[in-house]
Amino acid sequence: MSVQAAARITAVLDGRGATALPVLESDGPLALRRTRATTTPYARVTVVGAMSAPLGGDRLSIAARVEEGARLTVDSAAATVALPGPGRIPQPASYDVALTVGERGVLNWLPEQLISASGSELHMTTRVELAATARLVLREEQVLGRHGESTGTLGARLTVHRVGRPLLDQEVAYGPGAPGGWDGGAVLGGHRAVGQLLVVDPGFEDKCPDTRLLGPTAVLTRLAGPGVLVTAVAPDARLLRTVLDDALGELLDA
Amino acid sequence: MSRAALLVLADGRFPAGGHAHSGGAEPAVEAGRIRNAEDLAAFCRGRLHTTGLTTAALAAAAAHGLDPLALDEAADARTPSPALRAVARKLGRQLMRAARATWPSPELAALAQARPRGAHQPVVLGLTARAAGLGPEDAAHCVAYETVSGPATAVVRLLSLNPFEATAVLARLAPELDRVAEQAAVAARSGIDALPAASAPLLDITAEAHAAWPVRLFAS
Repeated sequence: MSVQAAARITAVLDGRGATALPVLESDGPLALRRTRATTTPYARVTVVGAMSAPLGGDRLSIAARVEEGARLTVDSAAATVALPGPGRIPQPASYDVALTVGERGVLNWLPEQLISASGSELHMTTRVELAATARLVLREEQVLGRHGESTGTLGARLTVHRVGRPLLDQEVAYGPGAPGGWDGGAVLGGHRAVGQLLVVDPGFEDKCPDTRLLGPTAVLTRLAGPGVLVTAVAPDARLLRTVLDDALGELLDA
Repeated sequence: MSRAALLVLADGRFPAGGHAHSGGAEPAVEAGRIRNAEDLAAFCRGRLHTTGLTTAALAAAAAHGLDPLALDEAADARTPSPALRAVARKLGRQLMRAARATWPSPELAALAQARPRGAHQPVVLGLTARAAGLGPEDAAHCVAYETVSGPATAVVRLLSLNPFEATAVLARLAPELDRVAEQAAVAARSGIDALPAASAPLLDITAEAHAAWPVRLFAS
């Protein structure tokens, strides 16, 4: 049986300079746990998979809202594996993420990888709305197939608006049934792990890290607005993470 | 619509500077990702369904009459690579010059004034198509075809690939080109929020590497 689940997080300033979580609603397979933040005054939430998901037919969503001045880190306890459903007729699953960050708010959205298992079909959307002085760190990694297997079908769109104007809009589609050429030399070139790291910081209006290569298949690019995007492809999830972690470390130190 | 006007606009000899660009094929050849006609077909097919669809929809939307400045902003958001944004604006500026001499229109003049350093090329192309009496699907066809004809022509020079083979690659893509153009035109009619944003990670990555090469045959 397929599942419909909507989890919600709201982070607010608690009046003593720390971040409180007046809304922390788990639902179905999306179990949210408040975990110990490594840096104050951040609140930290870890998404703990309460059951195997998403399976074919599932409709999952998470909405996180960071209100004025609050600081929130969201991560996950394990990779998310898209799996085929139990029925004989395969059904697509959907996973929708909606993130809102208010003035002077900070959101670090750092989930583990999304793994597209053979036979699965998942359509994911991530929509982000940022206020003018909001800061965002967002990581997104897709791994095509578990070890040694072929990939499932995976579609993902990331749309980021800042003050109501488009800042970044990216859509990818891989696997059986995706438009042709996704594994050719223009798109993935045989790589099985692909990821993005987005950092939006109003301070970049004055001083922004410069566009540069991070290796033969990774680049840090300056967006048209105050943000940078790391785009990387790699043979596997571990190599991809190394590239994104190195970039994140440098960006946060800068 | 005028079929002849479409031929004039889509002609590789239309003086808009596109011939100097390989559409990412030059770095793909260098990296060994394009070695033969089969690789070229996979490259072109991938580019068609990503950059091709996205830019064809922007052109269709401009031809349909959506706000060109909002479309220019949407194009920026769909182009994370500064090298590719610069190329798109440079080609847009060159096309604008040719278009205003060929099919002058108040809309082209207004966009040229608002974006003196060049608007994104697909947006300019859409407005040009509109000025030439063409429709959104025509504009989408032009842009979708350019996204594959550029690499195919470049690979003939880069690999000394037989030109007959390169043209055969394009001919076999024709049904998919038609579908992409149609999809782009349908999206354009549904408004700016419905425009596709299909992207190609390797094209974004290699565009920046290629822009830094000291010596190259193609500008992008």
